[in-house]
Amino acid sequence: MADKSAVGKTGKPFKMHVDWSKVREFARAIKDPNPLYFDQELAKKEVGGVPVPVTFLQTSAFWTDETSSPGFGGFDLRRILHGEQDFEFFKPIFVGDTLTGVTKVADVLEKEGGRGGKMTLLITETEYTNQKGEKVAIARSTLIETGQAVKA
Amino acid sequence: MMAKLKFDSVKVGDEIPKIEIKGVTRPDFVRYAGASGDFVPLHYDQTFVEAAGIPTVFAQGMFTAGLLSKAVTDYVGIGNVRRFQVRFATRVWPGDVVTCTGKITNKIEKNGEKQIEGDLVVLNQKGEPAIKGTFRAACA
Repeated sequence: MADKSAVGKTGKPFKMHVDWSKVREFARAIKDPNPLYFDQELAKKEVGGVPVPVTFLQTSAFWTDETSSPGFGGFDLRRILHGEQDFEFFKPIFVGDTLTGVTKVADVLEKEGGRGGKMTLLITETEYTNQKGEKVAIARSTLIETGQAVKA
Repeated sequence: MMAKLKFDSVKVGDEIPKIEIKGVTRPDFVRYAGASGDFVPLHYDQTFVEAAGIPTVFAQGMFTAGLLSKAVTDYVGIGNVRRFQVRFATRVWPGDVVTCTGKITNKIEKNGEKQIEGDLVVLNQKGEPAIKGTFRAACA
């Protein structure tokens, strides 16, 4: 069960080095063979560097530790659903960048659900800044813990 | 190749070219798990999901969202997406045929750029939405 008192909590800033291997692996996983992800020379000429896939930043959520991920404690993995994800981009992000991310708990809500009984929603917001101190993106995420496992 | 879409060539109501994946697979989910780091066992561990009362593993929402994001970047060019938002509706199971679609809803000027906005939907083979979303992208 997520904890209402977590609202407003801000995690410890984390560093995310944008690694080319990881970007290529990710592009393959989403079935995107666009050469801009795979050909450094071409990418540099066309867009100024190897870009990152639109949803790539979400990967940081899976290796940041508890101190950088406020509000996640106590979730039951069998009953977790990803409700929503929202990315907003302000500046380009390229392979080789080192981003700093800070996650805060925007809200914790309880709702009556349908198939899965009572739900707890955890809404977090992660702001990413690049090595030049420019705000490059914000990722907003809604995680849902259902009252029971959602059957098919 | 990555030339920005021309603002004047886009009309409200235009559809973005569809992407259809004829049957997503468990290996797709495992590959996405490795690439993204999303090792929530619901997406690859049959023993775990059965114990939780779920018949089989299902796709990470962000796997399907990734397929959808490609439909957007194929249309507007990589690097031009300013916002990409998705809400997960029904789950995607192994063997599902997923179709990523989008439609232009608005043309605006924002932050000194010409931008387009659109609605996005990923449908399964039954016509149920797996994802509903929106995007905003810069044009030339």
